Amino acid sequence: MNDVAFAQRRIDAVVIGASAGGIEALGLLLPALPAQLRAPVLIVQHIPRDRPSLLVDIFAPRCARPVREADDKEPVAPGTVYFAPPDYHLLVDRGPQLALSADELVHFSRPSIDVLFESAADAYGAHLLGIILSGANDDGAAGLAAVHRAGGMAVVQDPRGAQAETMPAAALQRTAAALVMSLEAIRDLLHALERDHAA
Amino acid sequence: MDAEVNRAAAETPPEPPLDPVFEIEMQLLLDAIYLKYHYDFRAYAGASLRRRLRTALERFACRTLSQLQDRLLHQPELFPPLLDYLTVQVSDLFRDPAYFRALRERVVPHLRTYPSLKVWIAGCSSGEEVYSLAILLREEGLLERTLIYATDINPQALQRAEAGVYEMDRVPGFTENHRLSGAPGSLSDYYTAAYGRALFDRSLKKHIVFCDHSLATDSVFAEVQLVSCRNVLIYFNRELQDRALGLFREALCRRGFLGIGSRESLRFSAHAEAFEEVAREDRVFRKREGA
Repeated sequence: MNDVAFAQRRIDAVVIGASAGGIEALGLLLPALPAQLRAPVLIVQHIPRDRPSLLVDIFAPRCARPVREADDKEPVAPGTVYFAPPDYHLLVDRGPQLALSADELVHFSRPSIDVLFESAADAYGAHLLGIILSGANDDGAAGLAAVHRAGGMAVVQDPRGAQAETMPAAALQRTAAALVMSLEAIRDLLHALERDHAA
Repeated sequence: MDAEVNRAAAETPPEPPLDPVFEIEMQLLLDAIYLKYHYDFRAYAGASLRRRLRTALERFACRTLSQLQDRLLHQPELFPPLLDYLTVQVSDLFRDPAYFRALRERVVPHLRTYPSLKVWIAGCSSGEEVYSLAILLREEGLLERTLIYATDINPQALQRAEAGVYEMDRVPGFTENHRLSGAPGSLSDYYTAAYGRALFDRSLKKHIVFCDHSLATDSVFAEVQLVSCRNVLIYFNRELQDRALGLFREALCRRGFLGIGSRESLRFSAHAEAFEEVAREDRVFRKREGA
């Protein structure tokens, strides 16, 4: 990653999309988030629609920042990690404020990564960092393209290192200009967010 | 000094840089819809509306919302399909079985004390929740003395709801939900399967009135003991949510019950104080004394 280019960017929010193999990948990224992080982190991890999600239980005790399941109309709090709840799409609205929807499935998924990324691209424009991690379908490819189109920063986990390569590969095919990074590099990038902000 | 400017900038979250032209076009389109067709989407939550309108652009082969507005104003036959795009919600019978279990366990015992019952299902879309509640009330021996008002703003959705016909491939999911809701019997007692579809029982429909009603522009039409309005409020902005909740509060009898969607909350509402929690996780509330 080019530190100089990155330091010139103001990142107001991070969106992450993950499916198969995503929990392991998030296990490396989220506990490493710095305690002084200001940007909110909004995550769609594909999960079963018919039962409560364990994601908050898994990650909250391991993270320096608060980890919550998103509620409708909740103002986006700085430095907070939000997971989309099962069977609802998560979107970002004016405010910025979280919004949920029960609209139809997208790529057989609710929550869908595309829905989150597209609404976040509307809301944060060039000040958004979008990250596609491991997964076995092509949800997120259109969403990452929207992030890139709005001038945001598009990052894809290196498919060669991902547990399931379909999702990062599909995102790269759609957005060739996305930065391809190892999980470790993405972790360092998230860390640098705060450092470069403070600088 | 630069550091201070940076800090100030970081502490005030910026107003989202939404595409200004799209926002102008959206506002004009919603005004046009309101003026010509009297449907008021102006206080709907922006994020979902933006997404639905973008999908509608593809469906109607329009490049911009201005173009869509032009066609809508001059080709009224385009409005019903657009209304479907903007409002239709596909739900399941007994979606969120725990909600219906909570109604059975926490609300039905109170409903039994009334000689006659009125229930309002607001935003019933294609009727899945209506039949769920009718079946639940039949199972609890209450349907015979109940009138259910099922309302929606979309006349096509109301027709589908009234027909009560669902694709057979959805029925196994409905059946499982029904079982998990604590039902004493089998869902198959309430529908007839034919030609790949399930037709819900006419004797349920005798107790249901389907009618056109808008939470954005209409007022209260009856006093009811229970309002169920699920996954409708998430599509409204806070002002419109408050309007809708105000209608529910007014429609509910003394100590009446309100059920909302599993991710909806009264927390941010002007009416939060008027309700107490009955089943917190399942989003069942009860109007406070005097509220």
